[in-house]
Amino acid sequence: MSLSKAKLIEMYRKMVTIRAFEYKIKELFSNGTIVGDLHLSIGQEAVAVGVCAALRKDDYIVSNHRGHGHCIAWGVDIKRMMAELFGRETGICRGKGGSMHIADFNINMLGASGIVGANMPLAVGAGLAIKLRETDQVVTVFFGDGASNQGTFHESINLAAIWKLPVIFVCENNQYAESTPFSKAMLVKNIADRAKAYGIHGEVVDGMDVMAVYEAISKNVTRPREGNGPVLMECKTYRYMGHEEGDPWWMYRTKREVEEWKKRDPVISFKTRLIKEEVLTENDAKKMNQEAEKLIEEAVKFAKESPWPKPGEATKDVFVSPYY
Amino acid sequence: MDGKEREITFKQAISEAMMQEMERDKTVFLMGEDLTKFYGGGPLGATPDEMFLKKFGSERVRDTPISESAFVGAGASAAVMGFRPVVELMFVDFHGVCWDQIYNQAAKMRYMFGGQVKVPLVIRTTIGGGMNFAAHHSQSLYSLFAHVPGLKVVVPSTPYDAKGLLITAIRDDDPVVFFEHKILYSYKGPVPEEPYTIPFGEAEVKREGNDVTVVATGLMVHKAMDAAKKLEEEGISLEVVDPRTVVPLDKKRILDSVEKTSRLVIVDEDYERCGFAAEIAAIVSDEGFDYLDAQIKRVATPNVPIPFSPALEKLVIPNEDRIIQAVREITS
Repeated sequence: MSLSKAKLIEMYRKMVTIRAFEYKIKELFSNGTIVGDLHLSIGQEAVAVGVCAALRKDDYIVSNHRGHGHCIAWGVDIKRMMAELFGRETGICRGKGGSMHIADFNINMLGASGIVGANMPLAVGAGLAIKLRETDQVVTVFFGDGASNQGTFHESINLAAIWKLPVIFVCENNQYAESTPFSKAMLVKNIADRAKAYGIHGEVVDGMDVMAVYEAISKNVTRPREGNGPVLMECKTYRYMGHEEGDPWWMYRTKREVEEWKKRDPVISFKTRLIKEEVLTENDAKKMNQEAEKLIEEAVKFAKESPWPKPGEATKDVFVSPYY
Repeated sequence: MDGKEREITFKQAISEAMMQEMERDKTVFLMGEDLTKFYGGGPLGATPDEMFLKKFGSERVRDTPISESAFVGAGASAAVMGFRPVVELMFVDFHGVCWDQIYNQAAKMRYMFGGQVKVPLVIRTTIGGGMNFAAHHSQSLYSLFAHVPGLKVVVPSTPYDAKGLLITAIRDDDPVVFFEHKILYSYKGPVPEEPYTIPFGEAEVKREGNDVTVVATGLMVHKAMDAAKKLEEEGISLEVVDPRTVVPLDKKRILDSVEKTSRLVIVDEDYERCGFAAEIAAIVSDEGFDYLDAQIKRVATPNVPIPFSPALEKLVIPNEDRIIQAVREITS
């Protein structure tokens, strides 16, 4: 492991923070405190954290409807994220986006889309802007196995490929598109194999292992950064919860299957590894869990105490020009 | 207007607007299918090779594969990132394949991200029948776009308006969809050489009159003018009002005209149901009810796909005779 101890600890902290955040909002959703729709990424934390840790601060990310993990891994303010989920004025999008549309352009987080696969053309545009500006940034777009069957997947990768745009296409293959298993939606074993069709490099990564993700992205980021076009990274992972909260997931998959994947839990296995390599002690880990929970509680308090948006907000920002 | 004004076509006016904006602002770039080589300057002929590619190079004049979702979405995102892309998508009929990128992404990004971004994207496309292009190349559909919050909708009717409105569109900080009628491309009119802008939301009275207000857009403005000439001989005076932009809409000028004439006909090449004409009728009924001395008439394309056969196409696209008939119904 060539990473500094501080960086490893930071990665672990991000993973436990994502998990604590999502378990908390799951609870708040079930008791009616948070409304709307929630898509949780519990089980997939290694992908968000491993990818973001391998990027530079001045790079860009584009997220999707299952995006809390990407946001936290990238560094979006947790209080303002929570306030957004509460629909409050202090929310990162002034309460007008909600869980599926978190964005923080101040830190190059280009937003999340509620339409499966729709974020890939947007990543291509960001890549094009980077190319036209002649900088060496890259843009990473997260999408799932479901989105890989959208036309936008094909169009976007192909366009990024022919124009040699600095885009990292990260497929989080969590095995299910809503209730449809990956194996029933395509015949290829690996989504990464499709890279060949576009003349670009594709790679399968163990998405339950944060270090494997980190290393794979670190190794492959140079290709787009140096102007040699996009890469397609498929991280095999698993969604512990339903597609959305309230989804009876046991109707389309077995509890046993879920338990099998949980044996390779990304947070626990990373902790075990860090303890074994004497980066952490069990006590440190426990303390970090408590700190994450405290941070989330503070965010909930902030959100609850924040005001609702004023009525005028409903017609604000439809346009830059006045509303009509 | 000064001495530099000369007669050019609608198409040349469009080209000139893009050319002058690209010269002025390095963040403006063009993107679309077959922009440079097809017919030596794009399927619409608005981006002649020798004018654009030679001058600005392939980085700023980008030919795309037939991947409308990818390049329209990329345009929206490049706009967010500080550029001013002008995306050409040949026919409005093709927008269905990338509709999500237009109406869910470009139109909503600013709002749903709480005002963090602006999206100065222009999408240019052609509309209209009359060329026997059948159901997939003849629609107008601007009402669909006007229905969605977050898009500005421009439908110019003259070369002068086309140039001024396109320059405004490129400089505007919001997503603009710019609808060019195919038949208007060869229309000539006076256009100043230097760049100029026409503000959005300012209708123009194309012809003053006293008896009936006719609100029309795009090619229909010309049909309304033809009808006005004929009716003048019968002593009926039409006032033709061209909103020029459907979003934002200059309600005031329309209402002022109806206040004067007390009668209203709306000519709309888009489908009749739930369309632009219905919207104008609703606004006048709501805000100008007391001005009216007769029912409001819509002359629009009936709710059928555009047929190929010339014999049928001419029946569905609004024409001079139908406008005259509508006027007679509320004046006799």
